[in-house]
Amino acid sequence: MPSNPLRERSGIGTGQKQLDRLFALLGLLAMLVSVGALLVLLTGLLMEGGPRLSWAFFTSYPSRFAEQAGILPAWVGTILVMAVTAVTAVPLGIAAAVYLEEYAPKHWLTDLIEINMANLAGVPSIVYGLMALGLFVYQLRLGQSILTAGLTLALLILPIVVMATREAIRAVPKSLREAAFALGATKWQTVQHHVLPSATGGILTGLILALSRAIGESAPLMTIGALSFIAFLPHAPWQPDFPFLSFEWLLDPFTVMPIQMFNWVSRPQEAFHVNAAGAGLVLMVMTLGMNGLAIYLRARYRKRIQW
Amino acid sequence: MRRHLCERSIEASLFLAALASVAITLGIVGVLTYESWGFFQHVPLSEFLTDSQWTPLFSEAHYGILPLVSGTLVTTVVALLVAVPLGTVTAIYVSEYASLSIRETVKPILELLSAVPTVVFGYFALLFVTPLLQRMWPDLPGFNMLSAGLVIGVMIIPYVSSVSEDAMRAVPMLIREGSYAMGASRFQTALRVVVPSALSGIAAAYVLAISRAIGETMVVAIAAGMQPTLTLNPLEPAATLTAYIVQVSLGDLPHGSLGYQTIFAAGLVLLIITLIFNIAGHFLRKRFHHAF
Repeated sequence: MPSNPLRERSGIGTGQKQLDRLFALLGLLAMLVSVGALLVLLTGLLMEGGPRLSWAFFTSYPSRFAEQAGILPAWVGTILVMAVTAVTAVPLGIAAAVYLEEYAPKHWLTDLIEINMANLAGVPSIVYGLMALGLFVYQLRLGQSILTAGLTLALLILPIVVMATREAIRAVPKSLREAAFALGATKWQTVQHHVLPSATGGILTGLILALSRAIGESAPLMTIGALSFIAFLPHAPWQPDFPFLSFEWLLDPFTVMPIQMFNWVSRPQEAFHVNAAGAGLVLMVMTLGMNGLAIYLRARYRKRIQW
Repeated sequence: MRRHLCERSIEASLFLAALASVAITLGIVGVLTYESWGFFQHVPLSEFLTDSQWTPLFSEAHYGILPLVSGTLVTTVVALLVAVPLGTVTAIYVSEYASLSIRETVKPILELLSAVPTVVFGYFALLFVTPLLQRMWPDLPGFNMLSAGLVIGVMIIPYVSSVSEDAMRAVPMLIREGSYAMGASRFQTALRVVVPSALSGIAAAYVLAISRAIGETMVVAIAAGMQPTLTLNPLEPAATLTAYIVQVSLGDLPHGSLGYQTIFAAGLVLLIITLIFNIAGHFLRKRFHHAF
């Protein structure tokens, strides 16, 4: 074949073009590995654990007999622990974020807080568990309780809450604040009535993502001594007499979904592995559901708000 | 005047909330050093760093951290061998090749993958990946570092790909256009122009992924076994720093005993290693932001 002098001189030869296409294919394949992994996880759990899901599975206590075992204390524990986590991490995180974005003067202390926050986000979760074991369980004598667990997870997700909130606050345009100031509003009035409401969508998304991370977290709760075999429920958070609310449950021992699953996975009997798959499926529905919601909310708010 | 007072007190309480993060750090460092201090009263640092056995709960106790560190090292290296190539190629593809619609579909999926609870990944490592590997290597033990490492690798792909994709997308379009104008193909532009420009950002992604892999707990605790062994062979079972902490936590050691203190010593080593990587990642990202 006679060579084409024009083609030889132009940068993109046929060889380069083929390489280009080859790489596009390679990229597609690499991407499909992640997508495939997620599909395999979901279908695997669905096939193994799907048949195990029944009303009894949700309303039974763990048992020595795999067929009778259920996840009642686990999901109740997860909800109660998450309640403590949310009540602690959400106000604290939003307040810290507001300070860092709206108030903080530029000096060494704010720099320190910033670097510190970034580092905390990279500390392995189990280290938070060790801290909670030494501090909450033994120094403050809160015991191996729902309160300890909730606080531990709150500290763990605090950097995520702060970062997400800051991003949402940063997206609020300056002109909004200036308009409020021009009308004589104080700083806090501006934040309270204008900045925070405008940032709600972003903050909400971040909160959901942070809580979904906390739901799946098990390592830090194992170090503080979450039990995996619990045949009772914590005290009910309500009572018949005034003031109708009861907080005894805060100091009760507990288990949560991922720890229940870990317990079943680590048993040698096959029947318990099926239970583990069932618990895993419920856990996946919880976390992926929350993440899906967050992704949807983010897309919706992005579409609705056009600065 | 009252209004001023009100404003000041709100600012003060917000400041206290921001200081909470510093308090957490102090709490972590304080508890770990306090409990490890008790440990190092009994175990000399030289033994801790050089002894090749970690058997603190046996009657003939050895306190060498090396077996736990080697376990962590092997699982992390296996994980990186999976996550770095796949994550980087995915990032290049999504940033430089993929159409908008593919990008909008893939990014949420990667996000979902990173949201899967780690205990679920552990379940798969033990009950899906290990049996699969055993078909190739029939002598592979039921607990092994290879399957744990592989699964951690898949788990951290989203960390590698999302951070390095952000870095590549931050490279100004002008630079790419310059490359195309010189007649370069998309592949040449991606590999010789975009990737080198985003290099410190990509390196930061790797460093963050390393720190994730080192700190990963549930997958190794479930699938890699809990026996501290000084080995670099991924086909063997071995405990990591994190798995050892879980193993002791599952038992029932009295508060204040030497066995109880060992988990804090292991935790301190873990914290120091991850801290080094986190700080490195921080500076790499900073350098990258300086570049553009």
